[in-house]
Amino acid sequence: MVKDIAEELKSRFSEMGLDVPLEDIKSKLDELINKFRVPVDEAKRSVVSQYLKESNIPRSKFYGEDASLVKVGDISSEGRWVSLKAKVVQLWPSESDSIAQAGLIGDETGAIKFVNWAKSARPLVEEGKSYIFKNVVTDSWQGRFQVNFNKNTDIQEIEEDIEVGSSVEDVTGAIVDIQSGSGLIKRCESCNRVLIKGSCGEHGKVEGKYDLRVKAVIDDGKIVRDAILNREITEKLTGITLDMAKKMAEEALDPSKVIDTITEQLMGSYFNVKGPRVGRYILVETMEKVAPISDEEIQGTIAMAEGL
Amino acid sequence: MLEREVAKRVFAQEYRESNLTFKESDDQYSPLYLLTPTGAKCNRVFITGTLTEKEDIGATAEHWRARVADPTGVFTIYAGQYQPEAAQMLSAIELPQFVAVVGKTNTYDTGEGIITSIRPESIQVIDAETRDRWILETAKHTLERIATLGSDDPDAIKAREHYSPDLERYKQMVLQALKSIGKGQVPEEETEEDKAEKVGFEVMDLSKA
Repeated sequence: MVKDIAEELKSRFSEMGLDVPLEDIKSKLDELINKFRVPVDEAKRSVVSQYLKESNIPRSKFYGEDASLVKVGDISSEGRWVSLKAKVVQLWPSESDSIAQAGLIGDETGAIKFVNWAKSARPLVEEGKSYIFKNVVTDSWQGRFQVNFNKNTDIQEIEEDIEVGSSVEDVTGAIVDIQSGSGLIKRCESCNRVLIKGSCGEHGKVEGKYDLRVKAVIDDGKIVRDAILNREITEKLTGITLDMAKKMAEEALDPSKVIDTITEQLMGSYFNVKGPRVGRYILVETMEKVAPISDEEIQGTIAMAEGL
Repeated sequence: MLEREVAKRVFAQEYRESNLTFKESDDQYSPLYLLTPTGAKCNRVFITGTLTEKEDIGATAEHWRARVADPTGVFTIYAGQYQPEAAQMLSAIELPQFVAVVGKTNTYDTGEGIITSIRPESIQVIDAETRDRWILETAKHTLERIATLGSDDPDAIKAREHYSPDLERYKQMVLQALKSIGKGQVPEEETEEDKAEKVGFEVMDLSKA
Protein backbone atom coordinates (compact mmCIF):
# COMPACT_ATOMS: atom_id res chain seq x y z
CA MET A 1 0.00 0.00 0.00
CA VAL A 2 2.80 2.39 0.95
CA LYS A 3 4.47 1.67 -2.36
CA ASP A 4 1.35 2.55 -4.38
CA ILE A 5 0.88 5.82 -2.58
CA ALA A 6 4.56 6.66 -2.91
CA GLU A 7 4.43 6.07 -6.65
CA GLU A 8 1.31 8.15 -6.98
CA LEU A 9 2.93 11.00 -5.08
CA LYS A 10 6.16 10.73 -7.04
CA SER A 11 4.36 11.08 -10.33
CA ARG A 12 2.35 14.03 -9.04
CA PHE A 13 5.55 15.70 -7.83
CA SER A 14 7.32 15.14 -11.14
CA GLU A 15 4.37 16.72 -12.98
CA MET A 16 5.19 19.84 -11.01
CA GLY A 17 8.85 19.61 -11.91
CA LEU A 18 9.86 18.23 -8.57
CA ASP A 19 12.20 15.28 -8.57
CA VAL A 20 11.95 13.34 -5.35
CA PRO A 21 13.49 9.90 -4.84
CA LEU A 22 10.82 7.25 -4.50
CA GLU A 23 12.67 5.69 -1.56
CA ASP A 24 12.49 8.95 0.39
CA ILE A 25 8.75 9.18 -0.05
CA LYS A 26 8.34 5.55 0.81
CA SER A 27 10.33 5.70 4.01
CA LYS A 28 8.52 8.83 5.18
CA LEU A 29 5.14 7.25 4.50
CA ASP A 30 6.19 3.99 6.05
CA GLU A 31 7.28 5.70 9.22
CA LEU A 32 4.02 7.64 9.56
CA ILE A 33 1.71 4.81 8.65
CA ASN A 34 3.42 1.81 10.18
CA LYS A 35 5.39 3.25 13.03
CA PHE A 36 3.23 6.15 14.15
CA ARG A 37 -0.05 4.58 13.01
CA VAL A 38 -1.21 7.80 11.39
CA PRO A 39 -4.26 7.42 9.11
CA VAL A 40 -3.26 7.00 5.46
CA ASP A 41 -4.81 10.28 4.29
CA GLU A 42 -3.08 12.22 7.02
CA ALA A 43 0.25 10.58 6.23
CA LYS A 44 -0.13 11.47 2.57
CA ARG A 45 -0.99 15.01 3.42
CA SER A 46 1.94 15.31 5.78
CA VAL A 47 4.44 14.08 3.21
CA VAL A 48 3.01 16.29 0.49
CA SER A 49 3.18 19.40 2.63
CA GLN A 50 6.79 18.67 3.65
CA TYR A 51 7.95 18.61 0.02
CA LEU A 52 5.79 21.55 -1.00
CA LYS A 53 7.19 23.60 1.84
CA GLU A 54 10.78 22.72 0.97
CA SER A 55 10.33 23.77 -2.63
CA ASN A 56 7.97 26.67 -1.94
CA ILE A 57 5.14 25.40 -4.10
CA PRO A 58 1.72 26.63 -3.01
CA ARG A 59 -0.63 23.90 -1.84
CA SER A 60 -3.29 25.08 -4.25
CA LYS A 61 -1.00 24.25 -7.15
CA PHE A 62 -0.54 20.68 -5.98
CA TYR A 63 -4.17 20.11 -5.10
CA GLY A 64 -5.43 21.55 -8.33
CA GLU A 65 -7.87 24.39 -8.72
CA ASP A 66 -8.79 27.00 -6.19
CA ALA A 67 -11.42 26.22 -3.62
CA SER A 68 -14.92 26.67 -5.01
CA LEU A 69 -16.59 30.04 -4.84
CA VAL A 70 -19.36 30.07 -2.26
CA LYS A 71 -21.67 32.60 -0.70
CA VAL A 72 -21.17 33.75 2.86
CA GLY A 73 -24.65 32.54 3.77
CA ASP A 74 -23.75 29.01 2.67
CA ILE A 75 -20.93 28.57 5.15
CA SER A 76 -22.24 26.04 7.61
CA SER A 77 -19.31 23.85 8.58
CA GLU A 78 -15.75 24.36 9.72
CA GLY A 79 -12.52 23.21 8.16
CA ARG A 80 -13.60 23.76 4.57
CA TRP A 81 -11.57 25.49 1.85
CA VAL A 82 -13.68 28.04 0.07
CA SER A 83 -13.34 31.19 -2.02
CA LEU A 84 -15.49 34.24 -1.47
CA LYS A 85 -16.31 37.32 -3.49
CA ALA A 86 -16.98 39.87 -0.82
CA LYS A 87 -16.63 43.41 0.40
CA VAL A 88 -14.78 44.43 3.53
CA VAL A 89 -17.57 45.80 5.67
CA GLN A 90 -15.67 46.54 8.82
CA LEU A 91 -12.15 46.31 10.19
CA TRP A 92 -11.72 45.74 13.91
CA PRO A 93 -8.97 46.91 16.17
CA SER A 94 -6.47 44.09 16.35
CA GLU A 95 -6.95 41.84 19.34
CA SER A 96 -3.40 40.57 19.47
CA ASP A 97 -0.03 40.54 17.76
CA SER A 98 -0.78 37.23 16.13
CA ILE A 99 -3.61 38.80 14.14
CA ALA A 100 -2.65 41.17 11.34
CA GLN A 101 -6.21 42.11 10.57
CA ALA A 102 -9.71 41.04 11.51
CA GLY A 103 -13.17 42.27 10.68
CA LEU A 104 -16.27 41.51 8.68
CA ILE A 105 -16.53 40.72 4.99
CA GLY A 106 -19.86 40.30 3.29
CA ASP A 107 -21.75 39.52 0.11
CA GLU A 108 -25.44 39.69 -0.73
CA THR A 109 -26.16 36.72 1.56
CA GLY A 110 -24.66 38.20 4.69
CA ALA A 111 -21.44 38.98 6.52
CA ILE A 112 -18.83 36.82 8.23
CA LYS A 113 -15.80 37.47 10.42
CA PHE A 114 -12.41 37.07 8.81
CA VAL A 115 -9.02 36.69 10.44
CA ASN A 116 -5.78 37.49 8.66
CA TRP A 117 -3.14 35.80 10.81
CA ALA A 118 0.14 37.64 11.07
CA LYS A 119 2.10 34.47 10.40
CA SER A 120 0.48 33.88 7.01
CA ALA A 121 1.57 37.36 5.92
CA ARG A 122 -1.27 38.12 3.55
CA PRO A 123 -1.69 41.63 2.17
CA LEU A 124 -3.93 43.90 4.22
CA VAL A 125 -7.37 44.79 2.91
CA GLU A 126 -9.19 48.11 3.01
CA GLU A 127 -12.59 48.82 4.44
CA GLY A 128 -15.21 49.46 1.75
CA LYS A 129 -13.30 47.71 -1.05
CA SER A 130 -14.39 44.47 -2.70
CA TYR A 131 -12.12 41.49 -3.28
CA ILE A 132 -12.01 37.91 -4.40
CA PHE A 133 -10.66 35.91 -1.48
CA LYS A 134 -9.38 32.64 -2.88
CA ASN A 135 -8.63 29.67 -0.64
CA VAL A 136 -9.74 30.74 2.79
CA VAL A 137 -10.59 28.17 5.44
CA THR A 138 -13.85 28.15 7.37
CA ASP A 139 -13.61 27.90 11.11
CA SER A 140 -15.77 28.51 14.10
CA TRP A 141 -14.96 30.48 17.18
CA GLN A 142 -17.26 30.72 20.17
CA GLY A 143 -20.04 29.16 18.15
CA ARG A 144 -19.81 31.53 15.20
CA PHE A 145 -18.44 30.82 11.79
CA GLN A 146 -15.51 32.78 10.45
CA VAL A 147 -12.96 32.46 7.67
CA ASN A 148 -9.22 32.40 8.23
CA PHE A 149 -6.64 33.53 5.71
CA ASN A 150 -3.58 31.36 5.24
CA LYS A 151 -0.44 31.21 3.15
CA ASN A 152 -2.38 30.00 0.13
CA THR A 153 -5.01 32.67 0.33
CA ASP A 154 -4.99 34.84 -2.74
CA ILE A 155 -6.60 38.24 -2.40
CA GLN A 156 -7.45 40.23 -5.50
CA GLU A 157 -9.17 43.55 -5.46
CA ILE A 158 -12.08 43.77 -7.92
CA GLU A 159 -13.80 46.69 -9.61
CA GLU A 160 -17.25 45.49 -8.78
CA ASP A 161 -18.80 46.99 -5.67
CA ILE A 162 -20.32 44.03 -3.89
CA GLU A 163 -23.69 44.78 -2.40
CA VAL A 164 -23.63 43.48 1.13
CA GLY A 165 -26.96 41.97 2.01
CA SER A 166 -27.87 43.34 5.32
CA SER A 167 -29.76 40.03 5.10
CA VAL A 168 -32.02 41.29 7.83
CA GLU A 169 -33.94 38.37 9.12
CA ASP A 170 -37.38 38.68 10.56
CA VAL A 171 -38.49 35.76 12.69
CA THR A 172 -41.61 35.35 14.77
CA GLY A 173 -41.52 32.38 17.05
CA ALA A 174 -41.32 31.06 20.56
CA ILE A 175 -38.25 31.34 22.76
CA VAL A 176 -37.33 27.71 23.39
CA ASP A 177 -33.99 28.15 25.14
CA ILE A 178 -31.95 30.75 26.98
CA GLN A 179 -28.36 29.62 26.60
CA SER A 180 -25.60 29.70 29.17
CA GLY A 181 -23.48 32.79 28.81
CA SER A 182 -26.64 34.90 29.03
CA GLY A 183 -27.37 37.45 31.71
CA LEU A 184 -24.64 39.21 33.64
CA ILE A 185 -21.28 38.45 32.06
CA LYS A 186 -17.76 39.84 32.25
CA ARG A 187 -15.66 40.86 29.28
CA CYS A 188 -11.94 41.44 28.91
CA GLU A 189 -11.14 45.17 28.94
CA SER A 190 -8.55 44.87 26.18
CA CYS A 191 -10.21 42.57 23.67
CA ASN A 192 -13.88 42.41 24.67
CA ARG A 193 -13.88 38.62 24.80
CA VAL A 194 -16.28 37.07 27.29
CA LEU A 195 -14.39 35.83 30.33
CA ILE A 196 -14.76 32.22 31.31
CA LYS A 197 -14.22 31.72 35.04
CA GLY A 198 -12.57 35.14 35.20
CA SER A 199 -10.14 34.29 32.46
CA CYS A 200 -9.75 35.69 28.94
CA GLY A 201 -8.76 33.34 26.13
CA GLU A 202 -6.13 35.81 24.99
CA HIS A 203 -5.06 37.74 28.07
CA GLY A 204 -5.46 35.21 30.89
CA LYS A 205 -6.72 36.26 34.32
CA VAL A 206 -8.08 39.80 34.10
CA GLU A 207 -10.35 41.99 36.19
CA GLY A 208 -12.90 42.37 33.40
CA LYS A 209 -15.88 44.68 33.01
CA TYR A 210 -19.52 43.75 33.42
CA ASP A 211 -21.91 43.45 30.50
CA LEU A 212 -25.43 42.20 29.96
CA ARG A 213 -26.53 40.05 27.07
CA VAL A 214 -28.92 37.26 26.13
CA LYS A 215 -28.42 34.34 23.80
CA ALA A 216 -31.95 33.14 23.11
CA VAL A 217 -33.07 30.38 20.76
CA ILE A 218 -36.12 31.40 18.75
CA ASP A 219 -38.08 28.68 16.97
CA ASP A 220 -41.14 29.06 14.74
CA GLY A 221 -41.70 25.34 14.26
CA LYS A 222 -39.93 25.41 10.90
CA ILE A 223 -36.66 27.19 11.46
CA VAL A 224 -34.57 27.84 14.52
CA ARG A 225 -32.16 30.75 15.10
CA ASP A 226 -29.89 31.93 17.85
CA ALA A 227 -30.83 35.48 18.70
CA ILE A 228 -28.05 37.55 20.28
CA LEU A 229 -29.33 40.47 22.35
CA ASN A 230 -26.77 43.07 23.28
CA ARG A 231 -26.94 45.12 26.46
CA GLU A 232 -29.17 47.83 25.03
CA ILE A 233 -31.75 45.40 23.62
CA THR A 234 -31.63 43.27 26.77
CA GLU A 235 -32.22 46.29 29.01
CA LYS A 236 -35.10 47.51 26.87
CA LEU A 237 -36.78 44.11 26.61
CA THR A 238 -36.41 42.90 30.18
CA GLY A 239 -36.44 46.21 32.03
CA ILE A 240 -33.29 45.05 33.83
CA THR A 241 -30.45 47.53 33.49
CA LEU A 242 -26.82 46.60 33.93
CA ASP A 243 -26.79 48.32 37.33
CA MET A 244 -29.91 46.48 38.43
CA ALA A 245 -28.40 43.22 37.25
CA LYS A 246 -25.26 43.82 39.30
CA LYS A 247 -27.38 44.61 42.35
CA MET A 248 -29.51 41.49 41.77
CA ALA A 249 -26.45 39.30 41.58
CA GLU A 250 -24.94 40.91 44.69
CA GLU A 251 -28.09 40.57 46.76
CA ALA A 252 -28.62 36.97 45.74
CA LEU A 253 -24.89 36.28 46.09
CA ASP A 254 -25.30 34.53 42.78
CA PRO A 255 -24.74 35.94 39.29
CA SER A 256 -27.09 33.30 37.85
CA LYS A 257 -30.01 35.11 39.49
CA VAL A 258 -30.01 37.41 36.47
CA ILE A 259 -30.21 34.67 33.85
CA ASP A 260 -32.94 32.94 35.88
CA THR A 261 -35.03 36.11 35.95
CA ILE A 262 -34.54 36.66 32.22
CA THR A 263 -35.42 33.04 31.48
CA GLU A 264 -38.64 33.37 33.45
CA GLN A 265 -39.59 36.44 31.41
CA LEU A 266 -38.81 35.12 27.95
CA MET A 267 -39.04 31.32 27.85
CA GLY A 268 -42.05 29.86 26.12
CA SER A 269 -43.38 33.22 24.95
CA TYR A 270 -43.70 34.49 21.40
CA PHE A 271 -41.53 37.28 20.07
CA ASN A 272 -40.70 38.95 16.81
CA VAL A 273 -37.00 39.57 16.27
CA LYS A 274 -35.34 41.51 13.48
CA GLY A 275 -31.69 41.99 12.74
CA PRO A 276 -28.82 41.07 10.43
CA ARG A 277 -28.09 37.40 10.18
CA VAL A 278 -24.56 36.10 10.59
CA GLY A 279 -24.59 32.34 10.02
CA ARG A 280 -27.21 30.89 12.30
CA TYR A 281 -27.17 33.97 14.49
CA ILE A 282 -29.40 36.98 14.38
CA LEU A 283 -27.81 40.07 15.87
CA VAL A 284 -31.03 41.44 17.24
CA GLU A 285 -31.86 45.07 16.49
CA THR A 286 -35.49 44.98 17.52
CA MET A 287 -37.36 42.47 19.62
CA GLU A 288 -41.00 42.70 20.55
CA LYS A 289 -43.50 40.48 22.25
CA VAL A 290 -46.11 39.30 19.74
CA ALA A 291 -49.55 40.85 20.24
CA PRO A 292 -52.38 38.60 21.44
CA ILE A 293 -54.16 36.77 18.64
CA SER A 294 -57.14 38.49 17.10
CA ASP A 295 -60.52 37.03 16.36
CA GLU A 296 -59.84 37.61 12.64
CA GLU A 297 -56.81 35.36 12.83
CA ILE A 298 -58.89 32.60 14.40
CA GLN A 299 -61.74 33.01 11.91
CA GLY A 300 -59.29 33.07 9.03
CA THR A 301 -57.71 29.81 10.15
CA ILE A 302 -61.13 28.23 10.71
CA ALA A 303 -62.05 29.19 7.14
CA MET A 304 -58.77 27.68 5.95
CA ALA A 305 -59.58 24.42 7.74
CA GLU A 306 -63.11 24.28 6.40
CA GLY A 307 -61.81 24.90 2.89
CA LEU A 308 -59.53 21.89 2.96
CA MET B 1 -21.56 21.46 14.29
CA LEU B 2 -24.80 19.56 14.75
CA GLU B 3 -27.82 21.58 13.71
CA ARG B 4 -30.30 22.16 16.48
CA GLU B 5 -33.56 20.30 15.93
CA VAL B 6 -36.58 22.51 15.30
CA ALA B 7 -39.33 22.20 17.91
CA LYS B 8 -42.42 20.90 16.08
CA ARG B 9 -45.97 21.98 16.89
CA VAL B 10 -48.39 19.11 17.35
CA PHE B 11 -51.69 18.83 19.21
CA ALA B 12 -51.98 16.31 22.04
CA GLN B 13 -54.45 14.07 20.23
CA GLU B 14 -52.18 13.66 17.24
CA TYR B 15 -49.10 13.23 19.43
CA ARG B 16 -50.82 10.50 21.41
CA GLU B 17 -51.85 8.69 18.24
CA SER B 18 -48.28 8.61 16.91
CA ASN B 19 -46.38 5.35 17.02
CA LEU B 20 -43.74 5.40 14.29
CA THR B 21 -40.16 6.13 15.31
CA PHE B 22 -37.10 6.05 13.10
CA LYS B 23 -33.53 7.24 12.68
CA GLU B 24 -32.14 8.66 9.47
CA SER B 25 -28.75 6.99 9.81
CA ASP B 26 -27.03 4.24 11.79
CA ASP B 27 -24.80 6.74 13.53
CA GLN B 28 -25.26 6.48 17.28
CA TYR B 29 -25.67 10.25 17.57
CA SER B 30 -28.27 10.38 14.85
CA PRO B 31 -31.49 11.77 16.34
CA LEU B 32 -34.54 9.60 16.89
CA TYR B 33 -37.69 10.93 15.27
CA LEU B 34 -41.33 10.33 16.02
CA LEU B 35 -43.46 10.69 12.91
CA THR B 36 -47.03 11.80 13.54
CA PRO B 37 -50.08 10.78 11.46
CA THR B 38 -50.08 14.08 9.52
CA GLY B 39 -46.35 13.77 8.87
CA ALA B 40 -44.67 15.97 11.49
CA LYS B 41 -41.17 14.58 11.99
CA CYS B 42 -40.51 15.33 15.64
CA ASN B 43 -37.37 15.02 17.68
CA ARG B 44 -38.08 18.14 19.71
CA VAL B 45 -41.53 19.58 20.37
CA PHE B 46 -42.87 22.83 21.77
CA ILE B 47 -46.25 22.45 23.43
CA THR B 48 -48.43 24.50 25.74
CA GLY B 49 -51.48 23.70 27.80
CA THR B 50 -52.83 23.41 31.30
CA LEU B 51 -50.78 21.52 33.83
CA THR B 52 -53.51 19.39 35.38
CA GLU B 53 -51.64 16.80 37.38
CA LYS B 54 -48.18 16.12 38.74
CA GLU B 55 -46.83 13.24 40.76
CA ASP B 56 -43.41 12.19 41.98
CA ILE B 57 -43.28 8.56 40.92
CA GLY B 58 -39.59 8.06 41.68
CA ALA B 59 -38.68 5.23 44.01
CA THR B 60 -35.43 6.74 45.29
CA ALA B 61 -34.63 9.86 43.29
CA GLU B 62 -37.28 12.36 42.21
CA HIS B 63 -39.01 11.40 39.01
CA TRP B 64 -41.94 13.54 38.03
CA ARG B 65 -44.85 12.59 35.85
CA ALA B 66 -47.11 15.42 34.78
CA ARG B 67 -50.07 15.93 32.51
CA VAL B 68 -50.51 18.93 30.25
CA ALA B 69 -53.89 19.29 28.55
CA ASP B 70 -54.56 21.16 25.33
CA PRO B 71 -58.05 21.42 23.75
CA THR B 72 -57.60 18.08 21.97
CA GLY B 73 -56.11 15.82 24.64
CA VAL B 74 -53.29 15.38 27.09
CA PHE B 75 -49.50 15.22 26.86
CA THR B 76 -47.65 13.08 29.38
CA ILE B 77 -44.38 14.47 30.65
CA TYR B 78 -41.63 12.68 32.53
CA ALA B 79 -38.80 14.56 34.22
CA GLY B 80 -36.13 12.73 36.17
CA GLN B 81 -32.51 13.26 37.13
CA TYR B 82 -31.48 14.00 33.56
CA GLN B 83 -34.01 16.83 33.31
CA PRO B 84 -33.02 18.63 36.53
CA GLU B 85 -34.41 22.05 35.64
CA ALA B 86 -37.76 20.69 34.54
CA ALA B 87 -37.96 18.38 37.56
CA GLN B 88 -37.23 21.26 39.90
CA MET B 89 -39.87 23.36 38.18
CA LEU B 90 -42.43 20.59 38.51
CA SER B 91 -41.72 20.11 42.19
CA ALA B 92 -42.28 23.82 42.85
CA ILE B 93 -45.17 24.61 40.53
CA GLU B 94 -48.82 24.82 41.59
CA LEU B 95 -51.77 23.38 39.69
CA PRO B 96 -53.59 24.17 37.51
CA GLN B 97 -51.53 26.54 35.46
CA PHE B 98 -50.75 27.33 31.83
CA VAL B 99 -47.30 26.05 30.95
CA ALA B 100 -45.06 25.91 27.91
CA VAL B 101 -42.92 22.81 27.54
CA VAL B 102 -39.91 22.36 25.28
CA GLY B 103 -38.75 18.79 25.17
CA LYS B 104 -37.66 15.70 23.35
CA THR B 105 -40.07 13.10 22.06
CA ASN B 106 -40.06 9.86 23.96
CA THR B 107 -41.81 6.57 23.32
CA TYR B 108 -42.38 3.46 25.34
CA ASP B 109 -43.38 0.16 23.83
CA THR B 110 -45.79 -1.68 26.12
CA GLY B 111 -45.86 -4.70 23.87
CA GLU B 112 -49.42 -3.84 22.99
CA GLY B 113 -48.73 -0.41 21.64
CA ILE B 114 -46.52 2.63 21.74
CA ILE B 115 -47.02 5.23 24.45
CA THR B 116 -45.72 8.70 23.62
CA SER B 117 -44.47 11.15 26.19
CA ILE B 118 -42.18 14.18 26.41
CA ARG B 119 -38.85 14.51 28.22
CA PRO B 120 -38.85 18.20 29.05
CA GLU B 121 -35.82 20.42 28.59
CA SER B 122 -37.73 23.28 30.10
CA ILE B 123 -41.11 24.02 31.63
CA GLN B 124 -42.24 27.58 32.05
CA VAL B 125 -45.40 29.20 33.36
CA ILE B 126 -47.06 31.26 30.62
CA ASP B 127 -50.13 33.43 30.23
CA ALA B 128 -53.40 32.58 28.46
CA GLU B 129 -52.45 34.76 25.48
CA THR B 130 -49.35 32.71 24.82
CA ARG B 131 -51.36 29.50 25.10
CA ASP B 132 -53.90 30.88 22.56
CA ARG B 133 -51.10 31.88 20.18
CA TRP B 134 -49.73 28.34 20.38
CA ILE B 135 -53.12 26.84 19.57
CA LEU B 136 -53.47 29.09 16.54
CA GLU B 137 -49.92 28.33 15.39
CA THR B 138 -50.29 24.58 15.94
CA ALA B 139 -53.62 24.66 14.07
CA LYS B 140 -51.94 26.34 11.09
CA HIS B 141 -49.00 23.94 11.06
CA THR B 142 -51.33 20.93 11.31
CA LEU B 143 -53.50 22.23 8.46
CA GLU B 144 -50.41 22.75 6.31
CA ARG B 145 -49.34 19.17 6.96
CA ILE B 146 -52.83 17.88 6.16
CA ALA B 147 -52.80 19.87 2.91
CA THR B 148 -49.43 18.47 1.82
CA LEU B 149 -49.87 14.90 3.03
CA GLY B 150 -50.66 13.85 -0.53
CA SER B 151 -47.34 15.22 -1.81
CA ASP B 152 -44.16 13.30 -2.55
CA ASP B 153 -42.39 14.71 0.50
CA PRO B 154 -40.63 11.72 2.13
CA ASP B 155 -42.22 12.34 5.54
CA ALA B 156 -45.66 12.65 3.96
CA ILE B 157 -45.18 9.38 2.08
CA LYS B 158 -44.00 7.62 5.22
CA ALA B 159 -46.95 8.93 7.25
CA ARG B 160 -49.44 7.93 4.54
CA GLU B 161 -48.06 4.44 4.27
CA HIS B 162 -47.83 3.82 7.99
CA TYR B 163 -51.01 5.44 9.29
CA SER B 164 -53.41 5.79 6.32
CA PRO B 165 -54.72 8.70 8.41
CA ASP B 166 -58.33 9.79 8.45
CA LEU B 167 -57.61 13.41 7.55
CA GLU B 168 -61.16 14.50 8.21
CA ARG B 169 -60.72 13.52 11.86
CA TYR B 170 -57.57 15.61 12.18
CA LYS B 171 -59.29 18.50 10.46
CA GLN B 172 -62.09 18.27 13.03
CA MET B 173 -59.46 18.17 15.78
CA VAL B 174 -57.99 21.43 14.48
CA LEU B 175 -61.41 23.07 14.21
CA GLN B 176 -62.27 22.01 17.73
CA ALA B 177 -59.03 23.52 19.02
CA LEU B 178 -59.60 26.78 17.13
CA LYS B 179 -63.18 27.08 18.29
CA SER B 180 -62.11 26.68 21.88
CA ILE B 181 -60.24 29.99 21.67
CA GLY B 182 -62.75 31.80 19.43
CA LYS B 183 -64.42 34.94 20.71
CA GLY B 184 -67.91 34.41 22.08
CA GLN B 185 -67.42 30.67 22.01
CA VAL B 186 -68.21 28.73 25.11
CA PRO B 187 -64.95 26.97 25.83
CA GLU B 188 -65.32 23.32 25.02
CA GLU B 189 -62.33 22.45 27.10
CA GLU B 190 -64.28 20.87 29.90
CA THR B 191 -65.79 18.17 27.75
CA GLU B 192 -62.51 17.74 25.95
CA GLU B 193 -60.65 17.33 29.15
CA ASP B 194 -63.12 14.71 30.26
CA LYS B 195 -62.41 12.83 27.08
CA ALA B 196 -58.71 13.33 27.53
CA GLU B 197 -58.93 12.17 31.10
CA LYS B 198 -60.25 8.81 29.97
CA VAL B 199 -57.42 8.33 27.52
CA GLY B 200 -55.05 9.49 30.20
CA PHE B 201 -56.03 6.85 32.72
CA GLU B 202 -55.30 4.12 30.23
CA VAL B 203 -51.79 5.44 29.91
CA MET B 204 -51.25 5.68 33.62
CA ASP B 205 -52.33 2.10 34.12
CA LEU B 206 -50.03 0.87 31.40
CA SER B 207 -47.03 2.71 32.75
CA LYS B 208 -47.64 1.25 36.17
CA ALA B 209 -47.91 -2.25 34.78
